[in-house]
Amino acid sequence: MITAEIRELFPILKQDVNGHPLVYLDSAATSQKPIQVIEALKHYYEWDNANVHRGVHTLGSRATDAYEGARAKVAKFINAASEQEIIFTRGTTTAINIVAASYAQSVLQEGDEIVLTPMEHHSNLIPWQQAAKKTGAILKYIPLQPDGSITIEDAEKTITDRTKIVSIVYVSNVLGVINPIKEIGQIAHKHGAKIMVDGAQSTPHMPVDVQDLDCDFYALSGHKMCGPTGIGALYGKKALLNNMEPVEFGGEMIDHVDLYESTWKELPWKFEGGTPMIAGAVGLGAAIDFLQEVGMDAIFKHDLELTNYALERMKGIEDLTVYGPLTNRAGLITFNLGDVHPHDVATVLDAEGVAIRAGHHCTQPLMRWLEVSSTARASFYLYNTEADVDRLVMALQKTKEYFGHAIG
Amino acid sequence: MQLDDLYRRVIMDHYKTPRNRGKFESGEAVTVDLNNPTCGDKISLQMQVEEGIVKNAKFTGEGCSISLSSASMMTDAVKGKTIEEALKMADDFSGLMKGDPVEFEYEDIEALSGVNKFPARIKCATLAWNALRKGIEHTHKTDN
Repeated sequence: MITAEIRELFPILKQDVNGHPLVYLDSAATSQKPIQVIEALKHYYEWDNANVHRGVHTLGSRATDAYEGARAKVAKFINAASEQEIIFTRGTTTAINIVAASYAQSVLQEGDEIVLTPMEHHSNLIPWQQAAKKTGAILKYIPLQPDGSITIEDAEKTITDRTKIVSIVYVSNVLGVINPIKEIGQIAHKHGAKIMVDGAQSTPHMPVDVQDLDCDFYALSGHKMCGPTGIGALYGKKALLNNMEPVEFGGEMIDHVDLYESTWKELPWKFEGGTPMIAGAVGLGAAIDFLQEVGMDAIFKHDLELTNYALERMKGIEDLTVYGPLTNRAGLITFNLGDVHPHDVATVLDAEGVAIRAGHHCTQPLMRWLEVSSTARASFYLYNTEADVDRLVMALQKTKEYFGHAIG
Repeated sequence: MQLDDLYRRVIMDHYKTPRNRGKFESGEAVTVDLNNPTCGDKISLQMQVEEGIVKNAKFTGEGCSISLSSASMMTDAVKGKTIEEALKMADDFSGLMKGDPVEFEYEDIEALSGVNKFPARIKCATLAWNALRKGIEHTHKTDN
């Protein structure tokens, strides 16, 4: 059950911004952190800080236990079959880059196909463009329906025996659309291709089961799910990861080092060269504990209820265009307000204490598809309330009045 | 945070009825296409420079009220100026964005002084002026 008490756990929300109580509606960019996560970071640095997998002293053991404990939490959270399948990364971007640089480039040959969609975040697009350039592989896109969704039929037409990788976002950070990952994965596997899932926007907001999805790779970011920035994870099926070469080489990822040849540690450490973001992992572990206590089903339901409430209330605003499908969607609303540029919308809302996003949201091809240069976006999370939506709607009305007056 | 500092009437007037919006139909013009990769704002600035003097300037582009009004004012302001004077104006504009008390012959520009209180929007205001600098650099290269 999501209750008002949850909001109390987020200290940052208890402040005034520009003379108004803060309404934070930019969680799709980064979420706020509950006191549990902040305390976990503080506790780690106050009591346990040491390097991992090296020291034989007590703090070294504590730090290692905390770091590896966090890995176990991530594995359980997304239902990986083994902790060895979880590689800590800086975030989703790094995770996708590892797969694009290591797995993809070792299997891709000229003429092979990489299948994406036009709604991909730049982080799930540019690594594949680079992989294609280096290997001579071809990028193909599952086309979008007029409402921004994709269909299984189109996926079936796009994925062929030449397809080696399908890399697709689970939840679009602009359209809010939830893609049929499981079904697309089945199509990919039928053709002998692998599926990589960009889980940056799905993991924080809904239950995720990588075994049920039967995806080969899955990427997530800690900071979007109440955890610290600079920490995320790559999930990969063990057999695939075992056969992949590391992307970063150096300290701590090695087994035996000679002057001319070296061998690597076993999974997952062979992919974690250098001192990792230990505190970040600890914070991510605390975030997962927190999210699980609230319940991912409850969070999904809450976000959706708020979105539907917002969509209903925003209907009353003249000249407001909402992008993306109205069903099968997650907790964010991307929109434009008449002729008022989204930057101007965001600035006026900011003056009212309402934080939203404006811009191209790192999805320039999707903006071109929508035939806009940029959009505004309000994204919801478990600490948002109907009162926040009311403030958003009120601020949007004010924006209209302000610009109507100023321009007219 | 006073919105009226940012959106002064003169700014909204330039936004609503931009001066010098368009492209030259004929005649040589230096064209500079510049975008702001973080937000997607775009400007295409065209300048006709003869014997070191900016004879005419036009622009097209997409952007918010601040970026487009700034482009409108800038193109008006540089007409008839030497490239040295235009560069000085671009420097003065940078100063304005830092909160320096700068005066412009083309007074409308001073309406943008409030942008310095909105750091997130300074890049919107400076886009057109960055295009101006680039255009002048290009002219210098061609001359030499």
